[in-house]
Amino acid sequence: MPTPTTDGKPSHDVHGGLPVPRRAANRPAPAAELLRAWYRELVLIREFEIRCMQAYQDKKIGGFCHVYIGQEAVAVGCVAALKPEDPLVTAYRDHGHALARGMTARACMAEMFGRVDGCAKGKGGSMHMFDKANNLFGGHGIVGAQTPLGAGLAFATKYQDEVINKGKSSRVTMCFLGDGALNQGSFHEALNLAGLMDLPVVYVVENNGYSMGTSIHRGTTQSHDLSSKALGYGIDASVIDGMNLLEVYHGMKDVVEKCRERSRPAFVDMRCYRYKGHSMSDPRKYRTRDEEEVWEQGDPIGIFEKYVLEQGAMTHDQIKAAQKDVKTEVRDAVQFADQSPVPPLTDLYHDVYREPWGRYTGTSEPQMYGGAQNPPTFRATREGEDLL
Amino acid sequence: MEFRDAIRDAMSEEMRRDARVMLIGEEVAEYNGAYKVSRGMLDEFGARRVIDTPISESGFAGMAIGAAMMGLRPVVEFMSWSFSLVAADPILNNAPKMLFMSGGQFGCPIVFRGNDGAGGQLGSTHSWCVEGLFSNVPGIKMAIPATPDDAKGLMKTAIRDDDPVFFLESERLLGLKGEVPVGEDVLVKFGEARVRRAGADCTIASWGRPVHFCLEAAEALAKEGISCEVIDLRTIRPLDIGAIVRSVKKTSNLVVVDQSWSFGSPGSEVAAQIHQRCFDDLDNHVHRVHTEDVPAPYAFNLEQEYLPNARKICEAVRSATYNA
Ligand SMILES: Cc1ncc(C[n+]2csc(CCOP(=O)(O)OP(=O)(O)O)c2C)c(N)n1
Repeated sequence: MPTPTTDGKPSHDVHGGLPVPRRAANRPAPAAELLRAWYRELVLIREFEIRCMQAYQDKKIGGFCHVYIGQEAVAVGCVAALKPEDPLVTAYRDHGHALARGMTARACMAEMFGRVDGCAKGKGGSMHMFDKANNLFGGHGIVGAQTPLGAGLAFATKYQDEVINKGKSSRVTMCFLGDGALNQGSFHEALNLAGLMDLPVVYVVENNGYSMGTSIHRGTTQSHDLSSKALGYGIDASVIDGMNLLEVYHGMKDVVEKCRERSRPAFVDMRCYRYKGHSMSDPRKYRTRDEEEVWEQGDPIGIFEKYVLEQGAMTHDQIKAAQKDVKTEVRDAVQFADQSPVPPLTDLYHDVYREPWGRYTGTSEPQMYGGAQNPPTFRATREGEDLL
Repeated sequence: MEFRDAIRDAMSEEMRRDARVMLIGEEVAEYNGAYKVSRGMLDEFGARRVIDTPISESGFAGMAIGAAMMGLRPVVEFMSWSFSLVAADPILNNAPKMLFMSGGQFGCPIVFRGNDGAGGQLGSTHSWCVEGLFSNVPGIKMAIPATPDDAKGLMKTAIRDDDPVFFLESERLLGLKGEVPVGEDVLVKFGEARVRRAGADCTIASWGRPVHFCLEAAEALAKEGISCEVIDLRTIRPLDIGAIVRSVKKTSNLVVVDQSWSFGSPGSEVAAQIHQRCFDDLDNHVHRVHTEDVPAPYAFNLEQEYLPNARKICEAVRSATYNA
């Protein structure tokens, strides 16, 4: 984490200077195999985003595209601290979370391209990555919208474990949000509910110092210490250095396990930085090249690369090989996405309701397209059966 | 002049004229507006009158309504009308009902404006056409310009209006260039439709961005020998039903084109009123072209199919004029 300069120039600590506790130093190093896997994930996300930017410029990707470059360690470290069955929900800057959660680069890229093989059949796009098999409950386009949803996911896991299965709450929900989302009413209402109802949900604020063109100090009160937001709701808060994967992993491990144990919400002020503009259309005139350079020196991939080398978990050659491997994987994903067909027009009328719904014709019965004709049946969930 | 600059000029002129007018919203000041509509306004008017807010739609919209009750004339920018749903309570429950609830004591002279509608492949949360939803509420006025000159004239009228005005801009139109009259008093009166093209066989009524699709369709249909009259309604509340009635008495056919969903929409309202008022004049039932009755899709081809377009309008006109 960059320290404030002393020569009178503006501080590059965009978050306001609260000390960030170090946890990783006095922890045993994770197994070499894990370190190698994490390295690959970091590089995969970076490479994926670079290719997205290219594809966007080539007009293969439309709409808004918010890339995750600079924040890779947050997604990888946080997901590593979770179990696969723990639900995860996030905002529109979601490709990194999706990949870290195990979505294939192919499914993710095809979605960006708006093709049938995308994770949402091309219907959701960049901001709306959903992957039920990996317990990813979506990227959400409205700032703050995912915060109460996160409380709801946690409510459901707890309800299922305790009410339906008569056991102990065992899953933790992780909900990512940006620092800008702290100013939405939905955030405050969700925290109040989560506190009130003892919900096992961890709110991770990816505090990259900016919401679009507004620095956190211009948009958020008490911005120097976001923990005050959580403390008001009786929720434990911690600060973690989001540029350092090991700090993220160990810090989150503590937070997640405590949350699991006590079934109480938690709040994390995750200090990070986004290297690129808010979205592809943002020339980021509101900050200096100087500031960006300082942060680039603390690049999460660079830091981690140094660490794995020091640990002897990877050799230079292995690093090169991993990078090459990832390049191939992402190139394949782009090709795959490009060759995937555009959705058939009849897809427009599917997934509106569970039963295929036809074009609305102004009658009480929409004109039905083919597909499942059996009416849905409703039944109560039984004990031991998964709600999700 | 571009559409976006026409809106900016209207706001700036009104701010010079009246110190009670101010602009508030996300990124409107230092960033010059997410869609650059307020470009340069911070420099001219300063941070007390061009105000950046956090991402708190409910908070700043509600705050502006309070200020309007005190006599200020705020212009509130929603970066996108899709995000105004977060502020649905203040803008639909407070602003339009204030005058009524207070028995005429407190008015709410405020303008809510921003980018409305689908077309940029933004997926379903970012693609709302709020006219269908919001025009249902009495107490509001709703202006939806299709051209830069109307954008300026309608915005100036909106700011001077004593009631809450919902002003819907299409991001797809912001770069559209057109002649814009200069001077203080280029006001466009609310509730006065504009005939954009004269014709004899079928009336096509619309507002906002689809007006351009209607003109395109009319052009194509003219080659087939079908002469269309295109009416741009400009405001939905008040609705210039008289202009449509006059036209339908001439053409005997009507197609309404509406970029919101069909169920309970302004297009449905027009159809109902025309059936009521012009039953004997019509050769065919009123045809409606709407956005498909599904959430907005991301994929490019699906989004094109989702929106009203010239092809669908042509089909509707052909069907409406079939017996003629
Ligand atoms: C309710 C709502 N208002 C405005 C927007 C437009 N918008 C999208 S992202 C964004 C900035 C969010 O910043 P932050 O929460 O800090 O997340 P980051 O982009 O830093 O990941 C804004 C204003 C939106 N999507 N939803």
